[in-house]
This record gives sequence, C-alpha cells and structure tokens, in this order.
Amino acid sequence: MNALSSPGALADQAGAPTGTETDGDIDTMPALELCALSKRYTLGGGLFKRGRALQAVSEVSLAIPRGQVMGLVGESGCGKSTLAKMLLGLVTPSAGEVRVDGRPLGDAGQKALARHIQPIFQDPYSSLNPRKRVAAIVELPLRVHGIGTPRERARRVAETLDLVGLPQRAATQFPGQLSGGQRQRVAIARALIMRPDIVICDEPTSALDVSVQAQILNLLLDLKQEFGLTYLFISHDLAVVEHLVDRVAVMYLGRIVEEGSREQIFAAPRHPYTQALLASALTPEPGLGVPDIGLGDVMPDPSNPPSGCAFHPRCPKAQARCRETRPALMAETTGVSRAACHFASA
Amino acid sequence: MPLLDVQDLRVDLPVEAGTLHAVRGIDLSVERGEMLCLVGESGCGKSMTSLALMGLLPRRARLSAGRLDFDGESLTALSERRRGQLRGRRMAMIFQEPMTALNPAYTLGNQLCEAFLRHRLGNRRQARERAIELLERVGISAAAERLAQYPHQLSGGLRQRVMIAMALMCDPDLIIADEPTTALDVTIQAQILRLLRDLQQELGTAVIFITHDLGVVARIADRVAVMYAGEVIETAPTQALYANPSHPYTRGLLSCIPAPGKTPPGSRLQAIPGVVPSLVGEVEGCAFRNRCPLVREGQVDAARCERTPELRQLAGAHQARCHYAEHRAATRVVQPELSP
Ligand SMILES: Nc1ncnc2c1ncn2[C@@H]1O[C@H](COP(=O)(O)OP(=O)(O)OP(=O)(O)O)[C@@H](O)[C@H]1O
Ligand SMILES: Nc1ncnc2c1ncn2[C@@H]1O[C@H](COP(=O)(O)OP(=O)(O)OP(=O)(O)O)[C@@H](O)[C@H]1O
Ligand code: SF4
Ligand code: SF4
Ligand SMILES: [Mg+2]
Ligand SMILES: [Mg+2]
Repeated sequence: MNALSSPGALADQAGAPTGTETDGDIDTMPALELCALSKRYTLGGGLFKRGRALQAVSEVSLAIPRGQVMGLVGESGCGKSTLAKMLLGLVTPSAGEVRVDGRPLGDAGQKALARHIQPIFQDPYSSLNPRKRVAAIVELPLRVHGIGTPRERARRVAETLDLVGLPQRAATQFPGQLSGGQRQRVAIARALIMRPDIVICDEPTSALDVSVQAQILNLLLDLKQEFGLTYLFISHDLAVVEHLVDRVAVMYLGRIVEEGSREQIFAAPRHPYTQALLASALTPEPGLGVPDIGLGDVMPDPSNPPSGCAFHPRCPKAQARCRETRPALMAETTGVSRAACHFASA
Repeated sequence: MPLLDVQDLRVDLPVEAGTLHAVRGIDLSVERGEMLCLVGESGCGKSMTSLALMGLLPRRARLSAGRLDFDGESLTALSERRRGQLRGRRMAMIFQEPMTALNPAYTLGNQLCEAFLRHRLGNRRQARERAIELLERVGISAAAERLAQYPHQLSGGLRQRVMIAMALMCDPDLIIADEPTTALDVTIQAQILRLLRDLQQELGTAVIFITHDLGVVARIADRVAVMYAGEVIETAPTQALYANPSHPYTRGLLSCIPAPGKTPPGSRLQAIPGVVPSLVGEVEGCAFRNRCPLVREGQVDAARCERTPELRQLAGAHQARCHYAEHRAATRVVQPELSP
C-alpha cells in the first residue's frame, strides 16, 4: 500500500514516526541495515583509455537499532559520504543492499524511501535555495510527495519551525538573512517535516561555531528522545561523536575496520587505526602539542589500495602476514564489538 | 619589530540597509616565527580581517587603518603592483574553501609552480622538484603523477593539502590559514599541524591560523585572539587564555564544547543564547551585552556595560575588552537565579 501520496497520510503520520505497516518483531529488527554494501567508481577513462576503478566503499555491513545513534568516523576520503549517499538513494550501490525495517530499499521505491530516511548535510549555505523563503524550503518535501492540502502543509511547516527552535518570522525570510546556525536549523526542519524514522547526518556541525554546534547537538538529542529517531552521524570531531552516539563504526579505505559501543571504542579501541585516530584527537589542553602518532606521512591511493590489510603500510604493528591476507571483520568473544585486524587487542 | 603590526584596522562594506562594519578597529601584531590563532563566532570578521591583510578584500569594501605595517613597510602606501609582488611570495593564504582558490582549468603542477616561476625563484625543473617535495610533505602519494591532475579529480581533503603545499612554494614570511583543517580527519589534521609547526620553527615563518576548533588552538597557538562582532575582545598567550579566560564570551565558548570525561555523554551542552548585534550602523556600548550572562544574571551594573569597553591590560600580556574582566572569580560561584 502507498499511504504516502494520499491526503490522509498527514493525519496518519502525526504521531511518533515509529509505527509502520509491518507488524511482528519490529523492535528487535534494526531500523537500518547495510548488507555488504559496495560502491565502485570509474576514474579517468576516455576514448582510448580504460578508466581505473576506485573502490570507494567495500562490503560494508552494519545494523543500526531503532532509536540509536551510530557514529561513523574515518580518514578523509575513506568513503563516509559515499556510504551516506547510498543510504539516501543518491548513489546506486555497485553491490549489496540497504534494508529499512527489514525491507530492501529497492522495493520501497524512491518516494517511500525519502519518507523514511532524510539527510542533514554539512553545508547549510549551499544546500538551501537562496531564492526561496524559509517556509517554501521547509514545505518542499511535502509538496514533492503530494502530502496534505496547502493549509495542512502550512500548519505542519509552522509546527516544524517551532520544533527546531526557529521563530515564526523566519518563515518569510530568505536563507541569506539567517545566521549559520539558523540555516542549519532550516535544513533540519526540512529533513524532519517528512517525519523520517532515520536521519543521516553528514558532518552537520563542522561549518558552525561551537556555540551553534552545542545548540544543534542539543536539538538532535531532544528529537531522538521525543521521536525515537535513528541517526547515522558522520563527523571528524571525536569529542562530539563521543557525546552523541551509542555505537561507533570506524572506516579505513572503504571498509569498516572496527565497530563497537561508545564505551568500548573510546576506552579500549582494538584496531590499530582506531587507536591512532583517538591518539590524534586534540583536546583543549594547552601545552600538550600535536602528537606524532607514527603513521608516516604518505596516505594510500584509494584507486590502488595496498595488498592484504589496507592499513599495513602505516600500521605500527604490521607483520609479514598483514601484507598477504586481508583480516576479516570478526566479533570478539562476547560478540559486542568487531575488528578487522590479525592482531586486534582483546 | 614585529613582522606584522596592525592598529585600528577597519573594514566597511556597503550593503542594502547601510554600511556593514565587518571589522571594527582591530589591533594585531605577529612576530616572526609566531603562531597566532584567531577564533570567534561565525561572521565576526575573521575572514575579512585576513583578506584585508592580504589585500584581497572585495572591491566594494572600504579599508582604513591607523597602521598596517609588514616588515616595517606600510602596506596601505604600496601600489597594487607591489602588493601583488608581496602576495604569494612573502605572504601566502590558505583559503577556507580550496575550490575557490584552485583554478579548475589548470593542472595542479601548473598552479603549484606558477608563483615560484613568476617570482623568479628558480627554473621549471626546480619548481617541479619543490612541488613534488612539498606534496610529499603534506602526505600526498604518487606526487609526481599528481602534478598532471586537475583539482576536480581530488577529494576535498587532498585539495586542501595541495593548497597548503602551494602556500609553502615560495617560502613566505607570513602564512594566513583560514580554517585549513576543518574538513580533514584528525590523523591528517595532526600531520598538517605538525608540518606547519615544523616549518615555522625551521624557517621562522609566522602563521595566523583561523579556526573554530578550540582543541587545535590549545595545541598549536603561541597566542590567541578572540574576536566578537568585528572586534578583538580578548588576547593572551595560549596557556593564560585557557587557564584564566577573562571575557564572558571567551568563557562561554570554552564551556560549549563537550569535554570527554567531564561532560556526561548525551547530556545537554551549554550554548550562548541570543544572537550577535547587527553590525549595520554603529554598535553602542559593549557588543556582547545582549547575551552576557553577567548582565542577564544581574551580577554587574548593566548601565556601565552600555559604555563601550576598551581592550584593557590584565596580568602579563593578557588583554580583555570587558569592564568586569577581573570579576571572574567572584562571579563564577554565583548560581543563576531560577525564575519562579
Ligand atoms: N563521483 C565520484 N567519482 C569518482 N570518485 C569519487 C566520486 N565521489 C567520491 N569519489 C572518491 O571516493 C572516495 C570516497 O569519497 P567520500 O566523499 O565518500 O569520502 P569521505 O569519507 O566522505 O571523505 P571526507 O571526510 O573528506 O568528506 C574518495 O577517494 C573520492 O575521491
Ligand atoms: N561580500 C560580502 N558582502 C557583504 N557582507 C559580507 C561579505 N562577505 C562577508 N560579509 C559579512 O561580513 C561579516 C564578516 O564576515 P567574515 O566572513 O569575515 O566572518 P568569519 O568570522 O570569517 O565567519 P566564519 O567563521 O563563518 O567564516 C559577516 O557579517 C558577513 O555576513
Ligand atoms: S592486520 Fe596487521 S596491518 Fe592490519 S591493522 Fe592489524 S596489525 Fe596492522
Ligand atoms: S562589558 Fe559588561 S556586557 Fe560586556 S562582557 Fe563585560 S560584563 Fe558583559
Ligand atoms: Mg564526506
Ligand atoms: Mg570565515
């Protein structure tokens, strides 16, 4: 059934967004499941030249339980945004599958997908149409999906602006007349107006100053509490990740190399790359300088990844075996964390 | 003599509603080999200040300064041609958004070597060798091959590293870096910050580093200047600023960031409520007073805050633009009153 395009959908969706048509063990089923998701780009290539392949994302499997926040961290260019775009249907996976509430995304169709999963991107400047008023920007997803009458839509816009803490007068303003934090609130309002179950945040606060960042993080946590939202939260700021998330996945060159609870990852990281990442975080303590974490200075080329464990040229613990065999992502004995390293600490 | 000596720098921009006073009387001095960090709210004039120093302001902008000296020479007196000779050669800038600074139509090699050749620092082969060496130092693999690539073929992180290599090509005396590592992950950030620090120590380069990241500031800055609404509201050696932040805005900034081990995960973070006053037209009194917790909680004489505070000398090289900068210890313990 497709309730989304019927005018009555507005009333159906007015409550918490957790209800769906599927019954049964919805609570044990992850809200979002990535099954061996991969993306390969072809680089260069021209009339007489074969393009080179770049494996941006390789066989990523992850499950995010309903109402939880999964943090995603990793090196610049390791494939985080590509992964996010596949979840949003903006990039087609080369292999693998995304499941929402246990159902493959492909089945649901593009429109239904957008209702379940909404993005908040990094840049509140370029992601808002400068020639549209805030009310029109926030309303757009409802119009696209043909939800509600103009009056109902106007009411919902007003409610949503309220929810994200924007004054009603903002409705008639243009993005250029708002501060950075207010613009990011507009982007959040636009994401929430569809009452999504899942929000994909790709560096949502990295362009903002710390006071505005604090307001946005407070808002994301409030919304999680109130509506049981599920988040994938991509960020380079490990202090922010530690504050916000329940679980953390760490990527390196397109693969998940470690996944675990917030407590485990931050207190006892098992993979050497995670350890290096945490050692590089700069806490606001003057006098400590910038640590040399001993990874060497030359980054790997993603279109020509190293053999075996892709981290081996930089890994302080690498052995001969690491050059030959790629370590699988294995759960440890208690099964709550996974790491891809032949010599992962217990 | 400081390398850069700025007094009462002002930048005005004509806007629809009148004149926007983006930079309102800034004093800055930077010594050779010093790392000065510039922090402050989005829109407080950090980028405008750096563009003014580089001579790259938008054409409509009006600049005035009591003094604007670089290595003893007044920049305001220089011809556009002389200014252009300094730029790239002795002062270089790393921009917030690398795509605005890289030309999509030229290869990285062309762009890296351009200033080096233009300033006649060597021949093509030497330019190429230096470019390769610097690309390797900023952590770019297959550096020689990269010279033939175009900017769009690189990820954002790689582009930013190319920008940094480009700024270093002519071995400048001053580098202004506008949020150069914001888009990078922490391992690459650490590597680039170490590189900047090493070069600075090796070559005596002065760096003005603009960032929102108070962790970065703590680790790299010799001195910090905090800006608010177009003014410097506090400046101090790094240790002193973190140990004893004296302007209520600086204290607000430091309490907004989650501190691992101190802030419980998932708890509410402190924010600074309210918004910056409009800088179109004159700002009367302390620019922070509509948001100042000391005023809101009635701990200070609000009437006094309606008079514009000067940047006052506190202990050592510590300066703050607040009538009540010394009242910190006394006011900290006072609990905010709950309204009934
Ligand atoms: N459209 C594209 N065509 C070819 N290669 C691409 C494309 N988009 C991304 N890539 C490459 O895929 C890899 C992963 O990029 P992605 O943007 O997902 O990284 P990221 O982890 O989000 O990095 P960052 O932290 O810098 O945002 C990079 O090597 C990038 O150059
Ligand atoms: N071309 C322009 N025309 C008019 N006003 C501008 C222009 N560029 C910037 N401004 C305004 O000048 C003020 C100072 O902007 P500036 O870019 O220096 O801020 P910033 O401190 O660098 O902020 P951020 O941290 O967001 O980069 C802001 O109020 C901004 O809106
Ligand atoms: S498998 Fe080997 S190279 Fe890879 S992370 Fe583990 S120790 Fe390092
Ligand atoms: S001068 Fe007054 S309003 Fe301004 S920061 Fe100091 S106490 Fe607050
Ligand atoms: Mg990204
Ligand atoms: Mg700026």
